[in-house]
Amino acid sequence: MKWGQPLSLTLLVFSTTLAKPGVKNIVLVEGVRTPFLLSGTTYADLMPHDLARAALQGLLHKTSLPKDAVDYIIYGTVIQEVKTSNVAREASLGAGFSDKIPSHTVTMACISSNVAMTTGVGLITAGQCDTIVAGGVEFMSDVPIRHSRKMRKTMLALNRAKTLGQRLSLIGSIRMAHLTPELPAVAEFSTAETMGHSADRLAAAFGVTRLEQDEFALRSHTLAKQAQDAGLLSDVISFKVPGRDTVAKDNGIRPSSMEQLAKLKPAFIKPHGTVTAANSSFLTDGASAVLIMSEEKALAMGYKPKAYLRDFVFVSQDPKDQLLLGPAYGTPKVLARAGLTMDDIDVFEFHEAFAGQIMANLKALDSDWFAQTYMGRKVKVGAPAMEKFNLWGGSLSLGHPFGATGCRLVTTVAHRLLKEGGQYGLVAACAAGGQGHAMVIEAYPQ
Amino acid sequence: MAGVRALGALSRITARRYVLSGKIVLNSFDLSFFLARTHVNYEVKEDVAVIRMNDPNSKVNTLSVRMQNEMIEVFNEVLANDAVHSAVLISSKPGCFIAGADINMIQACNTSEEVTKLSQEGQKMFERIEKSPKPIVAAINGSCLGGGLEFAIACQYRVATKSKKTVLGTPEVMLGLLPGAGGTQRLPKMVGIPGAFDMMLTGRNIKADKAKKMGLVHQLVDPLGPGLKSPEERTIEYLEEVAIQCARGIVHKKILLTKKKGMMQKVQDYVMGIAFVRQQIYKNVNGKVMKMSKGLYPAPLKIIESVKAGLEQGPDSGYLAEAQNFGKLAMTSESNALIGLYHGQVACKKNRFGVPERPVKNLAILGAGLMGAGIAQVTVDKGIHTVLKDTTVEGLSRGQQQVYKGLNDKIKKKAITSFERDSTLSSLTGQLDYSGFEKADMVIEAVFEDINIKHRVIKEVEAVIPPHCIFATNTSALPIKDIAAASMRPEKVIGMHYFSPVDKMQLLEIITTDKTSKDTTASAVAVGLKQGKVIIVVGDGPGFYTTRCLAPMLAEAVRVLQEGVNPKKLDALTTGFGFPVGAATLADEVGIDVAAHVAEDLGKAFGSRFGGGNVDVLKTMVERGFKGRKSGKGCYVYTPGLKSKDVNPDIDDLLEKFKLTPNPSVSSDSDVQYRLVSRFVNEAVMCLQEGILNGPVEGDIGAVFGLGFPPCLGGPFRFVDTFGADKLVEKMRRYEEVYGNHFTPCQLLLDHAKDSNKRFHK
Repeated sequence: MKWGQPLSLTLLVFSTTLAKPGVKNIVLVEGVRTPFLLSGTTYADLMPHDLARAALQGLLHKTSLPKDAVDYIIYGTVIQEVKTSNVAREASLGAGFSDKIPSHTVTMACISSNVAMTTGVGLITAGQCDTIVAGGVEFMSDVPIRHSRKMRKTMLALNRAKTLGQRLSLIGSIRMAHLTPELPAVAEFSTAETMGHSADRLAAAFGVTRLEQDEFALRSHTLAKQAQDAGLLSDVISFKVPGRDTVAKDNGIRPSSMEQLAKLKPAFIKPHGTVTAANSSFLTDGASAVLIMSEEKALAMGYKPKAYLRDFVFVSQDPKDQLLLGPAYGTPKVLARAGLTMDDIDVFEFHEAFAGQIMANLKALDSDWFAQTYMGRKVKVGAPAMEKFNLWGGSLSLGHPFGATGCRLVTTVAHRLLKEGGQYGLVAACAAGGQGHAMVIEAYPQ
Repeated sequence: MAGVRALGALSRITARRYVLSGKIVLNSFDLSFFLARTHVNYEVKEDVAVIRMNDPNSKVNTLSVRMQNEMIEVFNEVLANDAVHSAVLISSKPGCFIAGADINMIQACNTSEEVTKLSQEGQKMFERIEKSPKPIVAAINGSCLGGGLEFAIACQYRVATKSKKTVLGTPEVMLGLLPGAGGTQRLPKMVGIPGAFDMMLTGRNIKADKAKKMGLVHQLVDPLGPGLKSPEERTIEYLEEVAIQCARGIVHKKILLTKKKGMMQKVQDYVMGIAFVRQQIYKNVNGKVMKMSKGLYPAPLKIIESVKAGLEQGPDSGYLAEAQNFGKLAMTSESNALIGLYHGQVACKKNRFGVPERPVKNLAILGAGLMGAGIAQVTVDKGIHTVLKDTTVEGLSRGQQQVYKGLNDKIKKKAITSFERDSTLSSLTGQLDYSGFEKADMVIEAVFEDINIKHRVIKEVEAVIPPHCIFATNTSALPIKDIAAASMRPEKVIGMHYFSPVDKMQLLEIITTDKTSKDTTASAVAVGLKQGKVIIVVGDGPGFYTTRCLAPMLAEAVRVLQEGVNPKKLDALTTGFGFPVGAATLADEVGIDVAAHVAEDLGKAFGSRFGGGNVDVLKTMVERGFKGRKSGKGCYVYTPGLKSKDVNPDIDDLLEKFKLTPNPSVSSDSDVQYRLVSRFVNEAVMCLQEGILNGPVEGDIGAVFGLGFPPCLGGPFRFVDTFGADKLVEKMRRYEEVYGNHFTPCQLLLDHAKDSNKRFHK
């Protein structure tokens, strides 16, 4: 061992750990995802469960897991396809898992797959299960566009109409206004504000400039490109799309220049807003899956776990003015639970919904005033060091299939810990509804 | 402090600029000049001067003499500073840009010429702003009203926050005035003639997004949430940043001040360019104003006149007409009355009983009728948990539906979102029993007006409520001390007399007995203020203040009907005097049964003085089912869905039975009007004499806001001052000869008649 690499030496045997007496150690055995593609591209003709299926099959393939060795399957998704509302069940059946394995679907906006994972953690902790497959899927190439409420009402009444006369009179009552469809919007139900609009206000509230946002977006794309080229994104499986080519890479990574980015007009608040299409995450299709087990079981089955899943928190706040501040609230809380400080964390993976949202969260974490006024803390925890932060790109560049991002974050932390040789990693993400999540991940001693 | 800030701002200017413009260096040595400035200051941010207004002595900015003088100073400096290419005008106050001109400034004038001069000074100042070679951007957050709006529309560009507090408007008409600093001239050009008339004649507040649609502001800025500073502070900063960008954009021609006109705009401009069309509009508007104001309010007519002068004879005549009309209006008794009401209303929005020991967080309302549900509706959205209790499921669900509908209607007006409605309704609990009353801080009962029922209720409630809980009774006539007689703790009993419909009527009459504690009163006033009410606190007695004033007037109205004046004519006479609702319609609205009840009760309490018409007229009407609007028939017949109403045909025979022969010497239209009004006024003055009223201000406010006493007269007390107590007494003596003690003037009124120096209002 050379002196030039003392870090890996000390990290091989950690002196401390977050293991707690009497609490089962839960490990991440493997994590995979389909390539994340801009919606409307190669995946366009699929259905959501097809993507989830691909992720599940990829996981099976990578782990050589017997198809009946899983106790429970949980998936997260946001925009539901009505035909497959329990997408977890359809995908697990389609992926060839035993039909004896129960599966359910959870939803919590952009942290849906985080909920899927923590639900699994809960089931293992409670002694219900030992082996869980959790994942997430989002398919934005096709979304449920509905008839208007008036039209739906007429059509339902038509079902019940008994005579021809009744039917004709109902059909006759249809007006042009009935035909206007209802499109789903990425907007809060409670405030009717779109997320981009809220992000722009958030950036303004924290005084995040357009320049800072463009710089961060450029950083994300540049780092993602580097990671992709270096083959670091090993969680990506290749996927033969029926009737199309085999996809093996994310297609949203586009390192550009500051000049190019500066040319874009604001997308939400016009004309003086700062959030643009280029410094926001884009609509993405993709799915992810992870295998979570109790440490005992994993070892018994001969697996070499990648990481421990440790403390986690869910937080929520005002959906209007603090919609995207989940990481700022979640990070200090989960650190306190784990008894760690910012300095103890070696790897940060934050979900990048918008560059402005990330910058706002970093500023909030670094502000004593914010900590005191809104979080009831005496002092700030501080902002994460940028040299540890989202080093392989993030949602801005890799893409953000709402329901699938959480598993990508956790898997990336595990992979980065392995690659970079740190002990603790931290995942944090915001979600619609003013909610948020943070989780501490500990490297598995290699 | 402000002076220091100005110096600090100067010190930030780079040395290079000092060299470039020697003037600034010179000025900066003139310390007294800067230190003296307290209301307006500016800071130069590169090439943009940010002019900040902040009246250190008030919660709001007004265009006082001080503010104007300092503004002119600052403006001159900004113009003289070559480094500055544009300016932003902004207020440092979170909820207010400029709330208007300083009313005291106008009231301090003794002649119309003085006021005209004030107006012309304002016009001159804004003309300079309008013609400024350096573009000025008004950055509006909070109220931008009256003179504030006129200032803003003189600027070259306007940016406003989309905050709920941001409202623009010209409320001068509500003070019997007109926008006297160029408003009548600039508004028609900016928002079109119909839009300008609408704004100036109604005086209504316009929210930011509507203002953008109308073309009153150019750009909107969203209010911000928590960040590294408080949301209010950061929102103002953000507004300033955006306004600075706009100012630079205008200088660099990135923002064009002349907008391309759309097709609709071109058509509209063409149509408005036709003199005949304009004449039709003036005529139309004039007709509408005359119909609504009965010619009792001079301000709207003068507004039309000023707009017309500007459009038809050019700006010079227009501005002159505006200034002269402004001067004339300021000297009218109507304006004086309306300004008095404005001051009174401000006074009645304060709690003179101090801060209550325990704020009311849980309020229970007994009875889900029109009143109870109305009270729930104005309470539930103020952060107070509200229990609505009734005795039957049907009654309760009707009440709950009323609250729901009230909130739902606000969604239609875009005042709230459906989500806000739902979360507001989550603070409302409907129930049939007394569960949870142990947590109530206040109970308001709105059950049937019967002393026995009230006694039963008070006993039931006192068995379940905690010791600190206040028991408020919503009654329009029963003396509170009689109700409190059944209470174990009369110091916690108080009267809260709401007016129907509760969500529309601004007044709340709070009645204290000699046993009511001060803290109980403070708490009741605090709740009322939260509910958005204008509050008068009066002493206990039959009919308190409002009902007691109304009763003799209604008694007289019945007599007038008996004397053969039909309801339509009676209504015309009362509205012609300035009452917004005619006497016959009012009786229908209140309910003939209620009126009969009150007339009988008060008749017993006050004796023959409260006589006049025969109470049996009302009683017979009730017997025949003519209970007023609620029963579909009263003096009028009401058809659901129809706004117009016809006189109830059966009422003629009924009145025929009770027919009285009118005495021609006191039966002219004018005499009928004064018979009605003098009894009202005399009773009001008597309430002051007896100490029921705390002062004439509350008397005026109660009469105008609760009973619709003509606002142009400013209330009964101001009416006596303006009309002359001696003249009123003289009329009353004449009626007294015919009708006896119904018209005997009270002692206080006689005192005022004897000594013309005695006035209710200074």
